[in-house]
Amino acid sequence: MMDPTVARIERLLRNPLVLVTAAAALTAPVVLLAWLLWPWYGGFVQGLLADAFWFPLLFMLFVLVMILNATALCILAERKIAGFTQDRRGPNRVGFWGLLQPLADGLKFLFKEDIIPANVDRALFLLAPCLALVPALIGFAIIPWAGEVRWPWMPADAPAVSTQAASLDVGFLYLLAVGSLGVYGVVLAGYASNNKYSFYGGIRATAQMISYELPMGLALLCLLMTAGSLRPEEIVAQQADSGLWYVFLHPLAFLLLLTSSFAETNRAPFDLAEAEQELVGGFHTEYSSMKFAMFFLAEYAHMITGSALMVALFFGGWHFWGLPGAADTSWVAMLLRLAVFVGKVVLFIGLFMMIRWTIPRFRFDQLMRIAWLGMLPAGVVLLAGTAVLTAFGLERNVWACLALNVAVLAGMLVYVGRSRRPVTGRQPDLPAVSVGAV
Amino acid sequence: MERDWSHLTFAATEFTNVAVLLAVSIGIAAAILVLTHLLGPRHRGPVKEGTYESGMEPIGDTRRRFNVRFYLVAVLFLLCDVELVFLYPWALLFPRAAGGADAAHAAWAQGLADAGYGPLYLLGAGGAFLVLLLLGLVYEWRRGVFRWT
Repeated sequence: MMDPTVARIERLLRNPLVLVTAAAALTAPVVLLAWLLWPWYGGFVQGLLADAFWFPLLFMLFVLVMILNATALCILAERKIAGFTQDRRGPNRVGFWGLLQPLADGLKFLFKEDIIPANVDRALFLLAPCLALVPALIGFAIIPWAGEVRWPWMPADAPAVSTQAASLDVGFLYLLAVGSLGVYGVVLAGYASNNKYSFYGGIRATAQMISYELPMGLALLCLLMTAGSLRPEEIVAQQADSGLWYVFLHPLAFLLLLTSSFAETNRAPFDLAEAEQELVGGFHTEYSSMKFAMFFLAEYAHMITGSALMVALFFGGWHFWGLPGAADTSWVAMLLRLAVFVGKVVLFIGLFMMIRWTIPRFRFDQLMRIAWLGMLPAGVVLLAGTAVLTAFGLERNVWACLALNVAVLAGMLVYVGRSRRPVTGRQPDLPAVSVGAV
Repeated sequence: MERDWSHLTFAATEFTNVAVLLAVSIGIAAAILVLTHLLGPRHRGPVKEGTYESGMEPIGDTRRRFNVRFYLVAVLFLLCDVELVFLYPWALLFPRAAGGADAAHAAWAQGLADAGYGPLYLLGAGGAFLVLLLLGLVYEWRRGVFRWT
């Protein structure tokens, strides 16, 4: 029996009008105060925004806050999509359409008991969630979100400021390196928990994450041969100039990268590390309260950064046909480019979620076979083919690249068709099962 | 005596923002840990602090022998990953040596070709490297490293 006051509050929060009014009442004073005080601090803010050093830094912190918020929203979106996929409603109790669910989740995580079991390695146990979260949060620094912008109050001779936090020489190799640091969080969580479920989840996740890094590296090598640069902003600019997204030149390399990023984020169908039926919670079985949530923050932040990387490298970044290109540095064009980039990232996240609720989990031997015997040889052949095309100056020829991809795909299909080894089911070299003994 | 602090002046490099982001992220992670430790309730007990293994008494310690294949996969990964990292400079420079479109590196490419390292030589060198990678993979495959029985 629910307390009538609680029920009344819940009903009130489910009213969209109340929600909108409350949000307006909370933001209006802040906006009003900011507007009233503008003469005192406006020049300072304008100066910061026009500065070539401070603007990328401020934009980076803005993106960091947005990613942290987006992870909370992603969890709601995931539960909603899971609900629609399974023909139910998903969360709809807290707030209108469940919109306050992330807030409720966050508060609940924060106020839950922080249990540190007696047998764990305390230092490593506390370090592990940090080691999972920090690499996931620093990866996006190289993403070129929206090109360059020139504010109306900037002098005409000042250089445009960039929306990219760090323009590194090593480019996307930085993201690759930082992304693979996430494996330490997982393996330490498994080791420190002193729990067999955690331990097996941890070593499974480690084997999986390191195995799928190789196809990822090979796919990015194919792209690198064509682009001739590691800097993502240059790769986006090339695609925007030619109007030809690299996914049209390297569809198979993109598929390799997409599959690997599913595995790198430990998401279904590659979520063996947390296979509930076998390992309870996997490597985070012993974690509670916000330490548990940090692993999920890391997973969703990884997903967002990975989607942004794929959008930047293969789907033209902020480029869309008919919209203003890099030459237009007005703030309207910058916001348009940002919207296009974020829109593409949202589509990718939707794809991630749809696939999680559509495709069943692999078995561990299948997982290893896909990485080492399927994707790695395919990636090597693709790389060799791209190198041959490059040697003959055909690396930007759509038809040559298409022929290469079709040939590699046909080779893979022929090999799979001839090998007569079932992809699913029991491995044929295991001894037969006697039916009577279960 | 006036001390010279000029060597301590701050000069922004391309990694400055990465360092700031790293510091902020570590701060966020630490703040979360501290907050959740302070805000939550605290009820200790031998059962609550025990290892959760589906209600069973844990049998022995966790840190004991596990399947050697995980070790093999890790060693294989190290070998292949190092080879892949070696391929990155090659993949960056080979198209510049091979492609005529890149005017900025035409003289450099011509110099390479004059020294006997033309595009086809570089292609063969990279190919030999890839073949070595594949040979190692086939050897491990035949040895049964990928058979998870």
